[in-house]
Amino acid sequence: MDLSSCDVLVVGGGGAGLRAAIAVAETHPRLRVAVISKVYPMRSHTVSAEGGAAAVIKAEDSLDEHAYDTISGGDWLCDQDAVEAFVREAPEEMLRLEHWGCPWNRERDGHIAVRPFGGMKVERTWFAADKTGFHLLHTLFQTTLKYDAIQRYDEFFVTKLLVGEGRCQGVVAIELSTGQVRAITANAVILCTGGCGKIFPFTTNASIKNGDGMALAYRAGAPLKDMEFVQYHPTGLPFTGILITEAARSEGGWLLNKDGYRYLQDYELGTPTPKPVFRSMELGPRDRLSQCFVKEQEKGRTLEGPYGHYVHLDIRHLGEKLIDKKLPFVRELCLKYVGIDPVKEMIPVRPVVHYMMGGIHTDIHGATPLKGLYAAGEAACVSINGANRLGSNSLTEILVFGARAGKAAAAFAAEQAGASPSLVAQAHDEQRRIEERFLRKSGGKERIATLRAEMHQIMEESAGIYRTETVLKEAAGKLKRLQERFQDLSLDDRSYTFNTELTAALELSYMLDVAQTIVHSALERRESRGSHQRTDYPQRDDERFLAHSLAYRAEEGSPRIAYRPVTITRWPPGKRVYGR
Amino acid sequence: MPSTVALTVARYRPERESEPTFQTYEIPFRKDWVVLDALNHVKDELDGSLSFRWSCRMGVCGSCGMKVNGTPKLTCATFLSDYVPAPIRVEPLDYFPVVRDLVVDLTDFMRKLKQVKPWIIRTEEKPPAEGEYLQTPDQLDTYKQFSMCINCMLCYSACPIYGLEPSFIGPAAIALAQRYNMDSRDEGAAERLKILSEHDGIWQCTFVGECTKVCPKHVDPAGAIQQYKLTGATRWVKSLLLPWGTR
Repeated sequence: MDLSSCDVLVVGGGGAGLRAAIAVAETHPRLRVAVISKVYPMRSHTVSAEGGAAAVIKAEDSLDEHAYDTISGGDWLCDQDAVEAFVREAPEEMLRLEHWGCPWNRERDGHIAVRPFGGMKVERTWFAADKTGFHLLHTLFQTTLKYDAIQRYDEFFVTKLLVGEGRCQGVVAIELSTGQVRAITANAVILCTGGCGKIFPFTTNASIKNGDGMALAYRAGAPLKDMEFVQYHPTGLPFTGILITEAARSEGGWLLNKDGYRYLQDYELGTPTPKPVFRSMELGPRDRLSQCFVKEQEKGRTLEGPYGHYVHLDIRHLGEKLIDKKLPFVRELCLKYVGIDPVKEMIPVRPVVHYMMGGIHTDIHGATPLKGLYAAGEAACVSINGANRLGSNSLTEILVFGARAGKAAAAFAAEQAGASPSLVAQAHDEQRRIEERFLRKSGGKERIATLRAEMHQIMEESAGIYRTETVLKEAAGKLKRLQERFQDLSLDDRSYTFNTELTAALELSYMLDVAQTIVHSALERRESRGSHQRTDYPQRDDERFLAHSLAYRAEEGSPRIAYRPVTITRWPPGKRVYGR
Repeated sequence: MPSTVALTVARYRPERESEPTFQTYEIPFRKDWVVLDALNHVKDELDGSLSFRWSCRMGVCGSCGMKVNGTPKLTCATFLSDYVPAPIRVEPLDYFPVVRDLVVDLTDFMRKLKQVKPWIIRTEEKPPAEGEYLQTPDQLDTYKQFSMCINCMLCYSACPIYGLEPSFIGPAAIALAQRYNMDSRDEGAAERLKILSEHDGIWQCTFVGECTKVCPKHVDPAGAIQQYKLTGATRWVKSLLLPWGTR
């Protein structure tokens, strides 16, 4: 088997991973850092982020305001020490991106321009039109090219973390172009693999978002935190799930029901005004807006199309000029995928799975409880997002915590001796597993697409916007049976060269593990908070649940759920108030 | 409208066959489906061994470029309804080595991308704490278009020069170099010009503009190449007249 090594190995080449790699190269120039990714870095899902990235830059804003918006938006489940570090380091990280060439929109005098965003009390969202993630990712990727210390393994699929002597020491990966299984050892590993939206049938997420890193960490013994918190973005296009950015509302767009009525006014989100008002109506937080859609649907006031119920997002009154300047991608996507021009017509939208607040449990330096293993970005849960993330905090998060994880991992790696000899045997076992379970397996009758579709249905029914005990319990059982059936999988493709059926099978197994942690964490949290709404426990319960859930992989395969307290520094739990 | 459509796909499995072949699948016709949806239908329901790249399905990640009925396209942004009832033929992009089925080898482009130094070059960098470099909306507009490239490779597949002369650095990489050259924060234009002048490909470009025609993001690489040639030629003339320097 081909063995290679580096000092710090970053898994995932999206925003968090690339920022982490640069942090290693800049703080420890003598370390060898490598980025391994199942796609070329510029294909990573950061590319799809649209609206912007939040950081305090204007005189009328303050770090405390950003912290308060984030904490109240997260329904007090955020760790406040993490939020304080986040808002403090955000402006400098964003400026760094500016210095690296990110084409941020500008004021007339050349200063950075900002726009309002949902749940934020002040304009603080930096933006590059409505392709902020695209520009951020390409700027980061192109900047990494100037560092010779950053090596890349493009199109390598990680199948296992190597753990020896109680610390993570590398990975086993398949080189897609050849099918060769390789071991790459490292003194520290940083997981930046993004979220897992593809567990659900209707999502804004790209096909690559399968919870790979979450499952890898979980299988290696690290816990997944707050997995029950799944963000539904209120405005996705029916059928494709393509995201229509929140910026469409922050620039002044309206959500209308079938009677053309701005229905959010009926749900304690304020009174309608022609111009957008901070933390009010369409600028409310995503969890509340998605919940309002369901209520509206129950009242029979939504529209119905071939792909289910929907409402209208109306931006016609913003005018062609503003739309082309600040929301060009919205127009492009609507014209291309729905055949409507939002300058003249209303956009059909419905809530769509968008983001995981939960993820691999880390401290504020990105360190997981497993020595040598770090995580950042959507794959991780620090937690700054609590029970509901505010729009435009995640692009900033990948920069701040990507950099933090990079620095911490580099410092750790610099002090380690070489890799343990036992790793080679582990890597050989993994190679054998892949051969026997998939490529040389005889028999088996299940197809990937069938199992995936059943998982989708289970998750939508049980872990959607509203949840109940009975349905979650059933879902846990059904997922377990699905995992058993996965053992009976059969592949059409037994070849080594770029075998995407093999990777799809491995991704499905990751998703099944992660789906179980979502369902079990949701089952145990008998309260309603942020994006986790239990119709059988409709109130927030700070007595019992002002706590993070931790899902550990138990011996028999099902998750074991434990809790740890939330860190409160300066903002004691209060009521979330919007619209006044 | 018909209820099904014939989808012919180029197959190449190097472990089994020495040459590419074609395979035809009958797939349901749905008016909302893009070509990529049809390929996924094949993979999920008919033949799991078909390999292709895709990810975002919204025209921004740049993974799913292929030839559809002979023209380089993003398959996630190309609707079946634009072709039916005619049959649809999907092939890998031209001028790249085929790894497998519809997957091509991008190693050459990744190397060229790095060669043009697509990052901000300055003689002096100020620390972030000192604030942003000022850049007016007009200054942003001068390079913005060239910053929209998603590296989908359609322009290379359409470029007759790249087809004849693989060492040609190519439309996307040149557009990206120009993106940084025109950025008011950058001071690396001379350095990049030197790199591009060493590759004679740029002078062979006859401005047929095929690259600009197929670009799904309206980047206009042909325009970037023209700009480059102008700057390059001016500098060359100046260097003859003023051997002590061109600045």
